[in-house]
Amino acid sequence: MIIAKVIGTVVSTIKHPAYHSYKLQVVQPLNLPGELPEETFLALDSAHAGVGDTVLVMREGNGARQVTQIKDAPIISMIVGILDSVEITEQAKGNSR
Amino acid sequence: MLLGKIVGTAVATIKTLELTGVKLLVVQPLNKNLEPSGSLQVAADATQAGYGDIVFMVRAREAALALEEKFVPVDLSAIGVVDTVDVDRSIRDFELSWGYSQFA
Amino acid sequence: MLIAKVVGSAVATIKDEKLNGTKLLVVREANVQGEVTGKPLVAIDTVDAGAGDLVLIASGSSARQTTVTKDRPVDAVIMAILDSLEVDGEVTFRKS
Repeated sequence: MIIAKVIGTVVSTIKHPAYHSYKLQVVQPLNLPGELPEETFLALDSAHAGVGDTVLVMREGNGARQVTQIKDAPIISMIVGILDSVEITEQAKGNSR
Repeated sequence: MLLGKIVGTAVATIKTLELTGVKLLVVQPLNKNLEPSGSLQVAADATQAGYGDIVFMVRAREAALALEEKFVPVDLSAIGVVDTVDVDRSIRDFELSWGYSQFA
Repeated sequence: MLIAKVVGSAVATIKDEKLNGTKLLVVREANVQGEVTGKPLVAIDTVDAGAGDLVLIASGSSARQTTVTKDRPVDAVIMAILDSLEVDGEVTFRKS
């Protein structure tokens, strides 16, 4: 899973039926201090998050289908938790490029 | 999953049998501000999208699951037509400082 | 499996109920010397790892192949704490 912030919402009427009972959110992945920001992506929201929330995003289809309990749902990214706190020690310092 | 804009269609006569009847869209992937991001790609249409539509798409094996025939060599499918995208533009990135961060 | 370093932890109250009772650690992929190289990600801990530990993680659907993570919506799991690493006959990492 990754840590991300919800920065927006996508509204759609015509969509795959597996997407009907969840909100579709735009999420910005966490970047560590001094590193380049990452591209945003879309995630289905099973945790009722809102814009500004820091969330836990799972990015694997079989796990997502387990949450929705819809067989063959074409879903990859899913918000599965709203984070209260995160602690990152300076041991995370390094060069990721 | 990601956003894209339909900028055209692709037609192929000679193709793998399972792709018969699948509409192929030429899409421009978009970032959160709906600006072009990356090069043009071809997506299978699973949502009756048309030229000029903003859509959301899914990659990898899940792209094939969106189609009627699920055992197809497809790795990008349009799965919804977007009505609106509401993004907080004041959020440019999401950087956490070292140590403990409390939200909410 | 990937070599990763535990660099922090995360806490969530509101979450999928199948995540209840799990411990969430923040890890970054590391090289064989134990230096971090990758992006931060959150993995479920099954071996009581802590910050600074060099660990093995499994990601994707394989992450649910432990008794702790079976049938839970997770895509990364810590399933070993590394004591040492040897590459080309040379010990590149030893737990201090």
